[in-house]
Amino acid sequence: MVTLPQGASSDPPSERPDFLEVQQSAEFGELRRAQRSFAFPVTVAFIIWYFLYVLLSNYAGDFMGTKVLGNLNIAFVFGIAQFVTTFVIAWWYSRHAEAKLDDRAEAIKKRLEGGA
Amino acid sequence: MNSLVQLSAEGAGEHRTLIITLFSVFVAATLGVTVWAGRRTKDATDFYAGGRSFTGFQNGLAISGDYMSAASFLGIAGLIALSGYDGFLYSIGFLVAWLIALLLVAEPLRNSGRFTMGDVLAYRMRQRPVRTAAGTSTIVVSIFYLLAQMVGAGALVALLLGVTGDVGKNLIVVLVGVVMILYVTIGGMKGTTWVQMIKACLLIVGTLLITVLVLHKFNWNISTLLGAAAENSGKGASFLEPGLKYGVSTTSKIDFISLGLALVLGTAGLPHILIRFYTVPSAKVARKSVNWAIGIIGVFYLMTIALGFGAAALLSNKEITDSDAAGNTAAPLLAQEIGGGADSAGGATLLALISAVAFATILAVVAGLTLASSSSFAHDIYANVIRKGQAKEKEEVAAARLAAVAIGAVAIVLGIFAGKLNVAFLVALAFAVAASANLPTLLYSLFWKRFNTQGSLWSIYGGLFSSVFLVFFSPVVSGSPNAMFSGVDFQWFPLSNPGLISIPLGFLLGWLGSILSKDEDKDGKKFAELEVRSLTGTGAH
Repeated sequence: MVTLPQGASSDPPSERPDFLEVQQSAEFGELRRAQRSFAFPVTVAFIIWYFLYVLLSNYAGDFMGTKVLGNLNIAFVFGIAQFVTTFVIAWWYSRHAEAKLDDRAEAIKKRLEGGA
Repeated sequence: MNSLVQLSAEGAGEHRTLIITLFSVFVAATLGVTVWAGRRTKDATDFYAGGRSFTGFQNGLAISGDYMSAASFLGIAGLIALSGYDGFLYSIGFLVAWLIALLLVAEPLRNSGRFTMGDVLAYRMRQRPVRTAAGTSTIVVSIFYLLAQMVGAGALVALLLGVTGDVGKNLIVVLVGVVMILYVTIGGMKGTTWVQMIKACLLIVGTLLITVLVLHKFNWNISTLLGAAAENSGKGASFLEPGLKYGVSTTSKIDFISLGLALVLGTAGLPHILIRFYTVPSAKVARKSVNWAIGIIGVFYLMTIALGFGAAALLSNKEITDSDAAGNTAAPLLAQEIGGGADSAGGATLLALISAVAFATILAVVAGLTLASSSSFAHDIYANVIRKGQAKEKEEVAAARLAAVAIGAVAIVLGIFAGKLNVAFLVALAFAVAASANLPTLLYSLFWKRFNTQGSLWSIYGGLFSSVFLVFFSPVVSGSPNAMFSGVDFQWFPLSNPGLISIPLGFLLGWLGSILSKDEDKDGKKFAELEVRSLTGTGAH
């Protein structure tokens, strides 16, 4: 087991893995790429999507007020769409993590903890 | 006089007895659970992290219970009831924000920290200065939030009970404070988590009941509901369009962008939320719990739309503002109306039920805040700064319990003294500080190798002080009719929300502070360790 640097851990002391070596390994590189290539662009995208909504609400009131169905206008559709995209991204990320991240992370963790 | 007080006088205090009974049942039941959890709290991991034994669903419920404050439940419903669409617009930032927690923060935090936000912030840095900064920021954010809840609780519960006068209000603040201290000191994280789970269930059931009744009244036709709300509000179609609140001037529009930024980036930097990720066995479960939270919180905000527009459709604007000018009692008033009106048993029962839910909401949130601030004091400041990592686990937990009592006492005293001041802005300020001080430091720590101690200190203190400084000179503190100090005017900063300036500043200072000082991790060993651990969970507690 690895202990925290501040030494406050109750883990038994043991040999520390060479984290630099692990970090530079191809296996870890794949895991990091799989995490970041999903999380970073999706974060940027949903922030832009949210502020598009805020800016349209602020500065395009007439457009947002256009009625779509009965009393439901574009502003409501846009607002509900924010809920939908949030739910979808959460579901999509979990699927991605289960398919691309969990096994890779578990394999590295097992190797490091098992070897120490 | 407000209408609830008059009603309680006319209705011979029937609903008041019921409310007090429900309050007492909730307090007794949750204290029972707290004592039960306290018996199972043996070591520091139990106290700070509930033994890391909760499931993803349980923690998702508790996160929701921790996050959905009276400000979201009553505040957003009231805002929609009075300002229509803009209340809905406001609620969305609180939900979207969870994606940052999900994608960037929850899992690495769970993998690399133990008990507090400071664990992760100080991981690669010089312990004492960064722990001090992290502890300061945690305590400031939590106290701001706590104070807003306490003052709100006093006013709100007094209103719901029909208690007038300062003595009654102060007694309620003391009661809320004492119960929250008991939850935290006896039950620790386990007890607090159970209180938050119970509260989340009550809140969802209560809101669902009113939503179903409202929708049923309008034949399950949302368009009819919206139309009735627009007509009854007296504002017509504009009630269903953005702009009534945030679109009135150029300044108010920019102010809303600033608020939106703080909401979206602040949630993943709120210490009382972050420590919830430590209560599950692994990062994978932390991810599941955030997913549950997103589902529960999302459905809840969708229901507040029905609540808010339902109140606008069924109550007159005057009824709502006469009871509370900010609309905070719109949801309870709606419950009374939909149950059959003021003089009916159904109305009294639903009013009592929703009031009890509001009370439970306040208690669960203040307990979470007290726990977060006392944990950080004990673990970051006492154990790692004052005792330099030499404190025994028992001493640390004892310090946390003492800190909870002290913070609770301070909150009670401040809550009483601030009782007459308008401190609702403190919630938005807490989000702004979290987004300006905590989030930049957290993200740089996890993802930027060159980040160092000076960068951490600059981003934490820079984000913290700039937010507080700008708000101090903003219209919410002085120079406006609704200001905290309405009699004086030293305002020069035009926005009520500092995020637009302080958030970029926090990020900029973190970067600048790092590149202007030496690279502390030239060989990259520390960053390699954090990166590997945060992504794989190697050596996770």
